[in-house]
Amino acid sequence: MPEGYFGQYVTIGIFAIVGTVLVAATLQLSRLVRPNHPTTAKLTTYESGIDPIGHGWSQSNVRYYIFALLFVVFDVEAVFLFPWAIVFEELGTAAFVEMVIFIGILALALLYAVKKRVLEWL
Amino acid sequence: MIGNVIDWIGAPVIIAAVKVVIVFLVLLVVTMLVIWFERRVLAFMQSRHGPNRHGPFGLGQTLADGIKLFFKEDFRPKNADRWAYAIAPVAAMVPSFLAFAVIPIGDHITIGDRRVDFLVSDLNIGLLYFLAMGSIGVYGVVLAGWASGSKYPLLGGVRSTAQLISYEIALGLSLVPIVLVTGSLSTKTIVAAQAGTIGDVTVFDGIPLLQQVQGLFSFVPNWYIWSQWPAFLIFLIAGIAETNRAPFDLPEAETELVAGFHTEYSGIRFAMFFLGEYIHVVAISAMAVTLFFGGWHGPVFGVVEWLWPLVWFTLKVLFFVYLFVWVRATLPRFRYDRLMWLGWKRLIPGALIWILATAIVNTQGIHRNIRLGVFGLLFLAVVVWMWRGDPRLGLIKPVTRSRVREVPSGNL
Repeated sequence: MPEGYFGQYVTIGIFAIVGTVLVAATLQLSRLVRPNHPTTAKLTTYESGIDPIGHGWSQSNVRYYIFALLFVVFDVEAVFLFPWAIVFEELGTAAFVEMVIFIGILALALLYAVKKRVLEWL
Repeated sequence: MIGNVIDWIGAPVIIAAVKVVIVFLVLLVVTMLVIWFERRVLAFMQSRHGPNRHGPFGLGQTLADGIKLFFKEDFRPKNADRWAYAIAPVAAMVPSFLAFAVIPIGDHITIGDRRVDFLVSDLNIGLLYFLAMGSIGVYGVVLAGWASGSKYPLLGGVRSTAQLISYEIALGLSLVPIVLVTGSLSTKTIVAAQAGTIGDVTVFDGIPLLQQVQGLFSFVPNWYIWSQWPAFLIFLIAGIAETNRAPFDLPEAETELVAGFHTEYSGIRFAMFFLGEYIHVVAISAMAVTLFFGGWHGPVFGVVEWLWPLVWFTLKVLFFVYLFVWVRATLPRFRYDRLMWLGWKRLIPGALIWILATAIVNTQGIHRNIRLGVFGLLFLAVVVWMWRGDPRLGLIKPVTRSRVREVPSGNL
């Protein structure tokens, strides 16, 4: 029953199923009515008008990897901040001081990344 | 007959299903109108006509485009990864839809003895759910870029992943102060907390001068924008970046990446990406209204009391959609290193300082004057930090006419 705690999630579930089915159905319906005449030239990938050279899965810059690592650090930080923010009123001064320390440590990490120049693209 | 069916399935399930269907239909229509709206407003800002042929004021243009894309040939490049290529458009569009489940678009109506909220689901972790849906949307972009088996989409996909995850942190952190003030992640509670006027709130245990000033402005609604505007600015900038729109449209930069992650997509699959982006724009606008502009709160006139909140909500969202278009028409695209600079060195530290500033205001155990002083310092820190440009920018000299002449001719 979509009432109470789990009910809200049931509603979300209905929403997700209806959404996915609707989008998938649109794609399938379109398949029935659209023409399909593939040729070799059509099926090549786009490379500014010339035939593509090599495979599309080329190597990319390792810098993206560092951003992915930093993302994990700061997203986990956000995960800890949300529960803290909810119960903040009840915990008072202690919670504030603790969070200053926590954010301070992570700010140091960010500062370290800045000093190591990993956040600079060029 | 109908009564039996309702008894058998259960009224709450039917109400939930009806809400879901209505939200879907409304969103599809609204998205079509928003696409038309953007094209018309852009045209107006660029002194052109914009779409004006199909239907009154060209309103049917998006529908015509949709029908065309529906009947268009849609082929998969032979390098492409079959399943990931097929899943990507769905993964891009569905989460943008789902994000709407937690947005309260109005108050409530009473049908029979049952209270029906204008809200699909009042999750107690509503804000986290909204952020999560935004994160899942990244998969669509990444999968599309990778699965196409082509160079431009791959570059666009990887690039946009780095952009989206960077700004997602700032987006998440900008919501923490709101949670801190409200003490809840439920969007319904957050909207409810913004009822009344700013005369009703007590800050810093009630400083007499501040109370008097608040009394003077007691006609101003108690929206979070007044106290949380730094958080709002961070939310807005990160939100625009999250939707891949100008000036943060690097994932699909036409001049360098052709169209980025959706270069190899055509027909209805392309339409999915397109719709997904616009739904996301409406979702971010709706969230901005919910968190910072009082949601559906507004003056109620006349007898149809449940209708006015819907009207106010729509108008507020429309303003933000207009803002999105306005920004797109005004600002040029960021360079990639500038984008990363803004995200990591301005928005994230700024958001962190602002969280502490909001926290110190609401700490009960510390003396009022100390809190006021610390808050003032942190507030200054945020403003100065966000305002300060990139020191490295000074190193780049603008190209003036005299410098152009200095360039030796020939032999480049």
